[in-house]
Amino acid sequence: MNRNERTGFGLLAICAGFLVLLVVALVGYVVSGGWSVLSFGFLTEVPRNGMREGGIWPPIFGTIVLMLITAVSATPLGVGCAIYLVEYAREGWLVRLIRLSIRNLSGVPSVVYGLFGVGLFVNGLGFGPSLLASGLTLGLLTLPWTITASEEALRRVPRSYRDGALALGATPWEAISKNVIPAALPGMLTGIILGLARAAGETAPILFTGVTFSRPDIPHSVFDTYMALPYHLYILSTQHQDIVTVRPVAFATATVLLGIVLVINGTAAVVRSRLRAAQVG
Amino acid sequence: MKIQSKKLEVWYGNKQALHAVDLAMQEHTITALIGPSGCGKSTYLRCLNRMNDTIEGVVVKGGLLLDGYDVYEPGVDVVALRRRVGMVFQKANPFPKSIFDNVAFGLRLGPRIPKTELDGRVEQALTRAALWEEVRDRLTGSALGLSGGQQQRLCIARALAVEPEVLLMDEPTSALDPIATAKIEELLHGLADRYTIVIVTHNMQQAARVSDQTAFFFMGQLIEVAPTDDLFTHPTVKKTEEYITGRFG
Amino acid sequence: MEGASTYVHPVTTRNPLTGGGVRRAREAAIRGAFTLAALVSVGVLVGIFAVLFLQARESFGGNEGIAQSTLTPEQRALFTDVEFAALPAVPPPAPSVGRDFLGGTNWNPTGATAYYGVLPMVVSTLMVTLCALALAAPLGIGAAAWLAYVAPPRAREVIKPIIEVLAAIPSVVLGFVGIVVVGPALAHGFGLQSGLSAANGALLLAVMALPTIVSITEDALTAVPRDYVQASLALGADRWQTLVRVVLPAAQSGVVAALMLGMGRAIGETMTVLMACGNATAMPGSIFDPVRTLTATIAIELGETDVGSRHFHMLFAVGLVLFCMTFAVNLASEIAMRKSGGSRA
Repeated sequence: MNRNERTGFGLLAICAGFLVLLVVALVGYVVSGGWSVLSFGFLTEVPRNGMREGGIWPPIFGTIVLMLITAVSATPLGVGCAIYLVEYAREGWLVRLIRLSIRNLSGVPSVVYGLFGVGLFVNGLGFGPSLLASGLTLGLLTLPWTITASEEALRRVPRSYRDGALALGATPWEAISKNVIPAALPGMLTGIILGLARAAGETAPILFTGVTFSRPDIPHSVFDTYMALPYHLYILSTQHQDIVTVRPVAFATATVLLGIVLVINGTAAVVRSRLRAAQVG
Repeated sequence: MKIQSKKLEVWYGNKQALHAVDLAMQEHTITALIGPSGCGKSTYLRCLNRMNDTIEGVVVKGGLLLDGYDVYEPGVDVVALRRRVGMVFQKANPFPKSIFDNVAFGLRLGPRIPKTELDGRVEQALTRAALWEEVRDRLTGSALGLSGGQQQRLCIARALAVEPEVLLMDEPTSALDPIATAKIEELLHGLADRYTIVIVTHNMQQAARVSDQTAFFFMGQLIEVAPTDDLFTHPTVKKTEEYITGRFG
Repeated sequence: MEGASTYVHPVTTRNPLTGGGVRRAREAAIRGAFTLAALVSVGVLVGIFAVLFLQARESFGGNEGIAQSTLTPEQRALFTDVEFAALPAVPPPAPSVGRDFLGGTNWNPTGATAYYGVLPMVVSTLMVTLCALALAAPLGIGAAAWLAYVAPPRAREVIKPIIEVLAAIPSVVLGFVGIVVVGPALAHGFGLQSGLSAANGALLLAVMALPTIVSITEDALTAVPRDYVQASLALGADRWQTLVRVVLPAAQSGVVAALMLGMGRAIGETMTVLMACGNATAMPGSIFDPVRTLTATIAIELGETDVGSRHFHMLFAVGLVLFCMTFAVNLASEIAMRKSGGSRA
């Protein structure tokens, strides 16, 4: 290595190293700030004394239910779209139009999805501010990710699984449902779950579609308003009347949110790399 | 004649892959299709069960008859056709399921078959493919755990299980070692009593060993077809002679 | 071919190979269902645009409180409501799209006279985004070049997933960090009254844009054919010269696409800037001023407006501006991507 290479590559290594440090510092800072407040009670109790004490069970519950609605609404559509694109579609204007739409949808700001949710679900369809309106809004937000992840998983299924079934007298749908989807399922699921983890941290789309900063109980139906972790953190860190006192609670809430998102991400990443290794070998 | 083609042409978009192929195969015989890579022999094979349909932009012209009926007539039920014309691929392609489920795959596509009958037909197919003795104790084990040669025989068993009349084989031994290859060739002799077999191979010795009739393809054209012994001992076309004596290919 | 003369012509009776109509119909129905599912994505995009456009259009037509204006003075006199009486007799005219909205420099929807000038927010958004990009670009490209070109495979396997964690951090958590650490640090370091400013937002948005920039730039660099590298090395160039003079220029379009996508993500980001930028509606003078972006404005005000009011519709107009900006940036990245011959999906 000459001097040019040493300095140049050294600079590049510093860039990469800085990013790693950044990740460690960010996660470390939040977790170290919230660690001492975390307890079993913090996860299972309702907030008390104007959120200064007690736990964050209602926001945790709200976020979990929200994820379920998101998954139920986005998965069938996203997987269906991916199956069309990979298994049925032949190149042409229709496929180009669909791909163009998907790419643009993934670039639409999340707050704009929120506006759309207000226009369509809250006011247009009359769901009002509710779990359902928020869940459907997040479902649309995750749709392009679900499609892309499912498509990738389907494309990794070897062609021979399809041809082999067709040659035995299977119809296209029999080949897809009996051979292709089972083989693609683990990959699709990890991709979809990763998308849900990302949606769990989203705040802007739920801001006006049903999340509320405080309610004494958990929602009774999907038409109720609800509390959610990311919004709870937003309230605790900017809107609370006693920001300094609730700061430890804010740290702990951030830790829980970060923990949920990172644990899901980590699990999905490990599963995915195992799958890839298994399919190569 | 079991299978007959008349001026069969295949186009991939505007590229012609097969030129006016006339070829006939008798019932319960083995026909070998030979020729250098890209000569059109696999394309011809994939017309016989219409697997070419799955490739975008393929157009087939001319006539292709199975038992005297046109395979490419509009309204032909491709699914039913493929149950009568089975296929084994170049690379063994067992599904990521158990050995039993692989063989039963085709049987389960139709109306429900009682469990005892299903068991019997799976055993029969595996026996005909000379695999039963080796796998009878591990039917629920994954098919991917078998050796390459076993996997290919499993694929043959899977194709035989649906009781086809014709069996198409696309270079079935090209990925196998000599011992596994010998086993499959031996198997083919026995199968010819029940099935009409068409095998694509680029191994001329294999063609000479297993087939009754050999067809030589070159650049998308059928150059010569004759009983196997005649074709290899005194070919009538110069191109055929050059190929079988190893001057190209 | 002698054998050909024995060809048996097709039998004219019904071909027993035909049939399976029911099965074919079922397959066609299944295919149709999947086609519909795929068309939903087109529908959603069109729907988003339609909802924004239709709602936004309302803000530029008619008069605020059209109801009173249709009343005759006699009818008005019948009402004793104090608030009603306080309303101006002649309601303010609808703002114009060009001069009052896009060109207006004052945003004050709740004042005695409402102003709906979106320009300061557009400027704020661009200022924060471009500063974020200026920070993230060299860092991201450098890290991507290291990953794609220098790093030993082992180190890559470990470091790549760590950097990808950045993409998973929720924006509200980053905003929180901006409030408790980065903002105060800026205030301390530069002697500001409050650290909640455009600079704070730019720093955090740079963090948000980095994972996108790194991963797409890395893909673009990896896609450069090995032949180019070999040819350059064979000519006596060292590996650094090869990277700077051959690999990076060859991947140029891909890198541009990566920056555009990162920028698209930064423009549309809401929570981070909402929490970290201080949210002043005035036209920003410097990078250390508090600013309010397009996204933050929607987030702050939509919950406080009456459904159907001009203010409510105006926020959809702001959303439409945002939609158009991200659309343009994404289109630019698309074009760059197509030039580089890669595809994102």
